[in-house]
Amino acid sequence: MTQSTTVMGVRRIDDRTSIVDIRGDITAQSEGPLMEAYNQASGERTRVVILNFGGLDYMNSGGIGLLVTLLVRANRLKQRLTACGLNEHYRQIFELTRLDEAIAIFVAEDQALSAARS
Amino acid sequence: MNDKASGTRRSTDNWAASVRTLRVGAVAEGALNANVQGHRTSGALQGFGQLWQKTFRTRLPGANLAPADVIRVWKGEFATFWPRGLGMPRMFAPLTGIAPGEVGVINIDMPGGVVLSTGVLVMYADDESFTFMTPEGHMFAGWITFSAGQEDTDVLLQIQVLIRAYDPLTELFQLLGGRRVEERFWERTLQAVAARFGPPDAVIQTEVSRVDGRRQWSRVGNIFRSSNFRPRVRWFR
Repeated sequence: MTQSTTVMGVRRIDDRTSIVDIRGDITAQSEGPLMEAYNQASGERTRVVILNFGGLDYMNSGGIGLLVTLLVRANRLKQRLTACGLNEHYRQIFELTRLDEAIAIFVAEDQALSAARS
Repeated sequence: MNDKASGTRRSTDNWAASVRTLRVGAVAEGALNANVQGHRTSGALQGFGQLWQKTFRTRLPGANLAPADVIRVWKGEFATFWPRGLGMPRMFAPLTGIAPGEVGVINIDMPGGVVLSTGVLVMYADDESFTFMTPEGHMFAGWITFSAGQEDTDVLLQIQVLIRAYDPLTELFQLLGGRRVEERFWERTLQAVAARFGPPDAVIQTEVSRVDGRRQWSRVGNIFRSSNFRPRVRWFR
């Protein structure tokens, strides 16, 4: 089996906001690292989790499926999932798959943070 | 099953370009093209019903094949692997082949010459997998991924669907036994693919997981766009 090449980092900005830094690939193999990072990012009072895709190398359709699963989980916990750092290609993939209708996309992390605080 | 992103050609070209609405190109003769052209795509978030992930797996033991060989045949002969019969969907793959951005037409022949017509967009395709996305109006909203991977000397074949019923009527049908019919459909499809390379009685492993048990009532209006309510009659057979 192919090992996941996904590396996740988690930053708790404050009680309400966390950032998950995604580096490497997002494929179906990334489920473990992504869900573990989300668990770390998600506290009792967390309201917004920002996925920073600045370090994303590659995402396939399995990765999109994972993001849907993550979104369902976030909705269940009444948390908002947002994204930043996507390059033009993956912004278009979010449009194609209509993930952009449920996950707000920001160009830069500071914009995502400002929106989270507003 | 892995999706072997690291073992395949990693290219942005594996993805379909983002399009506002679908355009159907050339498809095989006999296809009734309705409810696809000009429709938007519809992902797992745009449907009405509960969200399900279903994974169907089998293996070709000691196959003297690479996963990419299997996928090449699967793409090329896609329609032939679907179970046949009245009420069963028939796939008219794009004549240009299963490639990112291409659109296939699906017809379901009902009694009396009535045909339900819908289709799929090839959302993603690489050497070892390909994914279809449904258009608005399709009975289901979501993605279906067909893949092959290597495990030791075996080739693993997998179909994974991540879908919701598009509209309340389809959801009701699913509750009344449609779910099992759909699962049986994909099991038989995978068995047919396996039979193309090995014995005809491959054992299929099925995993069903309800990802989201809620129904999206904000999407109840999908019923007005459902292809279930836009049948066509095929006058000439």
